[in-house]
Amino acid sequence: MAHFEKANSINEWMDQRLAVNTLKKVMQTEYWIPKNINFLWAMGMVLAATFGILLVSGIFLLMYYKPDVNMAFDSVNYTIMTEVGYGWLWRHIHGVAASLVFLVIYIHMFTGIYYGSYKKGRELIWLSGMLLFVTFSAEAFSGYMLPWGQMSYWAGMVITNLFSAGSLELYGLVEWIRGDYVPGDAFLTRFFMLHVLLLPLAIIGLIVLHFGTLRIPHVNNQDGEEFDFAEAAKLYKEGKVKESKVIPFSPVFLSKDVFVLGVYFILFFYLVFFHFEFAMDPVNFDPADGLKTPPHIYPEWYFLWSYEILRPFPKDPGLVAFGIAQVIFLMLPFLDRSPNVAPASRRGLFNVWFWIMLLDMLVLTVMGKLPPQGIWNTIGLVAALVFFALWIALPIITKSEKKL
Amino acid sequence: MKELKIFSVVAIFTLILYWGVEPFAHSQMHKHVEGHNFTYDGTADIEEAEAKVAVAKETKTKVAEAEATLAAKKTFWADVKRISKLNGNAANGEGLFAMCAGCHMEGAVNMGGVTPPSLEKAGALYDKNYLIALVKNPAMASNVDHKYADTMMHPMGSVTTMVVDDQSIADVVAFLMEKKKGEMTSKEAFKDACGRCHAMRYAKTTQIGDTPVFKEKKDALAHEIKVLDEQALVKGYMGKLPPDLSMMIRARSAEYMETFVENPQSQLPGTSMPRTGLSHEGYEKVKQYLTEIGDPSKPAREAIGPWVVLFFVVFSVLALLWKKEKWRDHH
Repeated sequence: MAHFEKANSINEWMDQRLAVNTLKKVMQTEYWIPKNINFLWAMGMVLAATFGILLVSGIFLLMYYKPDVNMAFDSVNYTIMTEVGYGWLWRHIHGVAASLVFLVIYIHMFTGIYYGSYKKGRELIWLSGMLLFVTFSAEAFSGYMLPWGQMSYWAGMVITNLFSAGSLELYGLVEWIRGDYVPGDAFLTRFFMLHVLLLPLAIIGLIVLHFGTLRIPHVNNQDGEEFDFAEAAKLYKEGKVKESKVIPFSPVFLSKDVFVLGVYFILFFYLVFFHFEFAMDPVNFDPADGLKTPPHIYPEWYFLWSYEILRPFPKDPGLVAFGIAQVIFLMLPFLDRSPNVAPASRRGLFNVWFWIMLLDMLVLTVMGKLPPQGIWNTIGLVAALVFFALWIALPIITKSEKKL
Repeated sequence: MKELKIFSVVAIFTLILYWGVEPFAHSQMHKHVEGHNFTYDGTADIEEAEAKVAVAKETKTKVAEAEATLAAKKTFWADVKRISKLNGNAANGEGLFAMCAGCHMEGAVNMGGVTPPSLEKAGALYDKNYLIALVKNPAMASNVDHKYADTMMHPMGSVTTMVVDDQSIADVVAFLMEKKKGEMTSKEAFKDACGRCHAMRYAKTTQIGDTPVFKEKKDALAHEIKVLDEQALVKGYMGKLPPDLSMMIRARSAEYMETFVENPQSQLPGTSMPRTGLSHEGYEKVKQYLTEIGDPSKPAREAIGPWVVLFFVVFSVLALLWKKEKWRDHH
């Protein structure tokens, strides 16, 4: 056994046993972040905070939620909303956070794309981030089943039907996923399990991995500049904070994060108290009814762009397009052939590519919600084709990009 | 400043996204229905009948029937307009009302599928024109004449043999409007206008009224059977059991609710739900009750919300000061 001296303070006692001082250095005071950043670099912290809010509000909701087709709807809409003190607050927080977390994920993603933060040693940051996106999507979908309203039921029906894989007619697989011929009790309880146990565990694991992947390549900066972190850190520790290109995570980077978080929470709680409808679809306040199909079935806004890639094509090509759209962003580090790590504005054609992609995703999202009629169909089809054209063009335009 | 520029780009994209998937998408998904502010002069009914004539002519099926319906609607609402201009005599109306009170009384039981409403406060709940139309021809007034075309008779159909001439109709409606208009609670308004067909389980009320607390299980079961019997009658009359309204205030937009209650056919063509003829004040009462039950956190939200938002405004200001202090020597 190791030799222990008598400790003179709690901190010393802890340090002897857990090396807390080293931990603090490694993770906070000597975890170096580039100084040349803007508020978009705080989105990671905003996401972590929103995930924390989802976790805490989820735990409170879990105390009263009943995963049973006969009780689920009322446990949410009556027990939690009426009988439980501040139950409505936790539910609205959970619902709004579930929607906003995707807004921030998209901002975080497009920040990464714009500044080239997925290149040259940062591939794993991107890949782990995209895996988080996928697990968050599954988490959102499974959570959407739980109130067992009309949209829960019919979205569950439509999405699980996708697994029949079009003309392959894998109905056995669909039944296996549902545990029944149609969404029912077995379906609800397994999505409950996924939502409150398996997927959150996966998300927490992936968040740790995502943080881990940042450590060696370091966080990117506004100019994509490559510099010696050890040297910059040395300058900082010598007190030349002005000359140094880095800042410690705590307290300097954190002080900016906390400010951004504050502004974010103004918006967040404004939405929670005064404008939560956007996150809670009215259709889902009708109890699930397998004999009554709602006139319009659409996913939550954050899935609309990929839904619109599925929709304008015939059955089988649509499914293939949908499948590709789900994984194509994972391939970004390998499809971008340019050696430059720089903001898109300095990368010529890639800059055009970036803004068209952003606009195209926006158009796909809006079209995904509109009824598939007339002109909306045409716009949706064109936008879906543009989406694929952009991915085909990406290796070509980045290959010919001049080295900066 | 660069950060503000970046922020405005993010904000603009976010706002366009919001506009596209919320207000714009919803305006495209739901057809616009013109409301008439809870006044009833048959405009909507005649327009509907005209549209049906157009469809009939296009498909060349049942043109004569559609045209007959249109003519009947026009005549009917012209009659209503004429009667509404008569000077009703409430004293005469009181005598006529004795005939109505045979069915419309406290504790009435189901008759022909539905329990007749108590009319004790009818004047506070319903529109005058609607009441005139209802006494003149119940099926036409409630815009469900399509249900009674050839199969059955409206449960209130016998009124046309009791109150026959225009002046009598004007008198009995004058009596209701002047003498039966006590102050109503929102719950009473709901019970009279909706609660005879629609249950409200979050308020523990069914088609036969509030569910009492029973000591003995057998009494509770006996009550449940009574509820089921009543629901079976309503279901037989309406074709399906009308939905529970506990969460309806959150399941439909305000605009949908108003236009639907004013004229159910406008949002759900062919529905067996009759127009209830609520006046604007009557609807407000009902809406208040639906909100109390379906969205009870509204007052708490409005009370706490500003303080939480203010907290984060103060928090942000302090955080900004902290950030400025930490970054002072860094640039």
